[in-house]
Amino acid sequence: MSETLLAEFQVIGQRLSKLDAPQKVTGRTVYADDMHIPGLLVGAILRSPHPHARIRSIDTTEAERLPGVAAVIHAGNVTQRRFGYGQDNIPLKTDKVRCIGDEVAAVAAVDDETAKRALELIKVDYEVLPGVFDPFEALSETAPVIHDERVDITGNISMRWDFDHGDVEAAAAEAAVIVEGDYSAPQAAPAPIETHVVIASFDPNGHLTVWSPVHMVFMYRKALADCLGLDWRRITIIQPPVGGSFGGKIDIEAHDFITVMLAQKAGRPVKLAMTREEEFIGARTRQPIHFHMRTGADAEGNLLFRDAEVVSDNGAYNAWGSHAMLVAMNTITSMYRVPNSRIRCAVVYTNKNYGGSVRGFGNPQATFAVEQQMEELADALGMDPMDLRLRNANQTGDITPQGLEITSCGLSECLEIVRRQSRWDERRGKMRQRNRGLGAAAYIHVGGGARIYGSDGCGAMIKIDDSGQVTLITGASEIGQGSETVLAMIVAEEMGVPVSAVAVINSNTDIKPWDVGVHASRTTFVAGNAARMAAKIARDRLLETASAVLGAPADQLRIRDGIVEVIGEPGRSMDYARIVRRRLLHEEGSVVMATAFYDPPTHNQDKEYVGNISASYGFGAHVAEVEVDPETGMVKLLNLWTAHDVGRALNPMTVEGQIEGGTAMGVGLALSEEIVFVDGRVAAPNFHDYGMPTAVDVPRIEVNLVETIDELGPYGAKGIGEGGIIPPPAAIANAIADATGIRPRAYPMRPWKVKHWIDTNERSYVIVSTDRSEKRESN
Amino acid sequence: MLVELKVNGFPYRREVAPDTTLLTYLREVLELTGTKWGCLTGDCGACTVLVDGEPVVSCLQLACQVSGHEVTTVEGLDTAGELNDLQAHFVSNGASQCGFCTPGMLMSAEALLRNNPDPSEAEVREALSGNLCRCTGYNKIVDAVLETAKARAMAVSAVPDLSGSSSSVGS
Repeated sequence: MSETLLAEFQVIGQRLSKLDAPQKVTGRTVYADDMHIPGLLVGAILRSPHPHARIRSIDTTEAERLPGVAAVIHAGNVTQRRFGYGQDNIPLKTDKVRCIGDEVAAVAAVDDETAKRALELIKVDYEVLPGVFDPFEALSETAPVIHDERVDITGNISMRWDFDHGDVEAAAAEAAVIVEGDYSAPQAAPAPIETHVVIASFDPNGHLTVWSPVHMVFMYRKALADCLGLDWRRITIIQPPVGGSFGGKIDIEAHDFITVMLAQKAGRPVKLAMTREEEFIGARTRQPIHFHMRTGADAEGNLLFRDAEVVSDNGAYNAWGSHAMLVAMNTITSMYRVPNSRIRCAVVYTNKNYGGSVRGFGNPQATFAVEQQMEELADALGMDPMDLRLRNANQTGDITPQGLEITSCGLSECLEIVRRQSRWDERRGKMRQRNRGLGAAAYIHVGGGARIYGSDGCGAMIKIDDSGQVTLITGASEIGQGSETVLAMIVAEEMGVPVSAVAVINSNTDIKPWDVGVHASRTTFVAGNAARMAAKIARDRLLETASAVLGAPADQLRIRDGIVEVIGEPGRSMDYARIVRRRLLHEEGSVVMATAFYDPPTHNQDKEYVGNISASYGFGAHVAEVEVDPETGMVKLLNLWTAHDVGRALNPMTVEGQIEGGTAMGVGLALSEEIVFVDGRVAAPNFHDYGMPTAVDVPRIEVNLVETIDELGPYGAKGIGEGGIIPPPAAIANAIADATGIRPRAYPMRPWKVKHWIDTNERSYVIVSTDRSEKRESN
Repeated sequence: MLVELKVNGFPYRREVAPDTTLLTYLREVLELTGTKWGCLTGDCGACTVLVDGEPVVSCLQLACQVSGHEVTTVEGLDTAGELNDLQAHFVSNGASQCGFCTPGMLMSAEALLRNNPDPSEAEVREALSGNLCRCTGYNKIVDAVLETAKARAMAVSAVPDLSGSSSSVGS
């Protein structure tokens, strides 16, 4: 950033420590499980041990008789309605279970031990049904039908995402080169270190308070009311500090409803804390997606078409994962300039734990296919993959086939930075003798909100009291990403007061204004704009008073470091808090308050999936360097260079934190993380086997921040919460291909898989138009 | 059974069931909730505390087995509200995001620095490899630990050396 730009700002652009960090490093942050509430009972859930079975009967007599048990609930003794997209789920399962982990009954008891004992005493008679665990098998006409109650669908296809733009077949006929192949993304876990913990309590008036580390609190409140038949005006959601989410705590899940029903039945507050095992079998995961893709280009390397047949493995029910194609589709149609595209996607039920909304939401999966094909195509054309990317890169002013309006775009600059830093031109394709390789991948992702509801807005309120403390009450949640800090910085910048004078209130639905929630990298952009708007109004009100007090027109006043001064006359000044008191502390005085609501100027997608859903789009590029042991298939990640178009880095340290953390999650996806199922059972529901990267697995990550100063972002900022996680699986796959000549087909690229591809000589599949004979070609 | 522990310098005597873990003793009996849990199988390291200066995952340690010993938790790092240098470097480096792994991470790092005041980056990564962090990607944590080691070495070397041997600034 140039000095003049820096000089423009008092606070923006500083590497400020997170405001909540001192609490966190002293262990004083009170997370949900740290809370003490008088009379609190412990809740626990009985989960199905079968992937597919009919429930013949449930007998809870013995559990109810156990001393210390306050409530035992099951579908037969509660009032509950269906929930989820297509209303295909219900908190306590009624006639059927559809995956291991399905909630069948629950208890509330005086302590953990009694609760566990009570679960053991519940007798459930199951009629075990054949299950289907592979989404391709689930498509067959003879497969067991998982949702036989859904008359609106055929077989196991829960929904379809089909898209057409232009004429793919005509483009394919014109193409000089076409690459074609299969690419698979596994089921993975968001895996925050804090598990789901929910506390529910009804007061004697019947008002419900729920403490839950959820971060779409208003949707959560509505879903609770809808499912349980409660008055949503009499529900308060309080969000304690969140011990990590990564999407895992976005959505309401069966255990949330169950905790409330237990509190209702017991007449006492109930806490339900999921175990780590329950997180793997009974909390939402990243949707596995399988792509069969073709990309074609002309002889000069201009992309002509992209064509994808996609099977998304939904698991047992439609949670948010069923919509991962919403984002995957953007990447297939809009990553680089692609004039023709076609998508045929089936979202298929299987008898497994189901997909939710996890950081990147469909994009790491789609990018794994799209960006491998870019390098395969370049190799087939005899072009450098970076040149191919730059030739086809999205540019400012583009409108993509899905109607995405690219209003600022640093993609080419990001590509050039990682190309230079990795010494790509000297080294790519030249290190195979040393089993080393370089691979790249870029991404497009929403960076200015994502309109998936009627509103994509966020409210903000500001008040200034007699001390001069400025309180921002925002709809946006803090989930560890630093939203409190960046919002306080925005208010401090706009009002000219120190950051230490700003308090942020953000955790109680009774107090805070409406917001969609934390998702889609939207908080800095949307909540940031709302906070800035409210701060401007509050500042103008303050200056009205200051104008009278200092005897100068408001437009000749400014506030810096908390001092209101007449511009150019340093002597005529006053502390802003005194101005507040001058306004407040007399007859007919008033307090400074301001409200704002920001909803980005975007559109919902239409039925053809066309619509500019985000006010801005983020871009980035990574280059990975790996060394592959051809004997074992072990991949060592040596280096990662990253460049991200962040619009403007409002706080470079927390921006880096998002990029480094996201990138490390992407490294985990690429090399080690997978929920492995054996006949519908999670083989190892624990951290020991899951494969989350540790400090020795993540290399130094070179982070470059490209500032394109977005027109609509607060001070030019765009969202960056998810960018880092998207490219690593594709970049690392491409690096493995460069090192070995084989073409990875699935992640995680664990040693035995890489070894298998080496042994079977898995190659790119290329069709060259000159002779039209299909041939396999090494890369 | 009676379990006596000195925790962060204070003596505690509590009657607990024999199968009470050190984690439960700290969090539920003493209400020292700074120590977190993420798995209860010893894999995530969030519950790491020091027993006689050595890092221990308190979810796998029975309280009765360490009766009579000294335990340090995250609440014992700062003094009178003043962060210790390791905590301060975590803050200034952005090494804590959601903060849930932070207490355990700090205790593993503190144990490392006490045993090895001048660790290499590889040694820091190895020492922290039993503590999972999902937020940061670890690099800012590693930087915080290395900076603390450097600052402590500077502080030691800043003490006048009366023996006449050469100082070891930055070693």
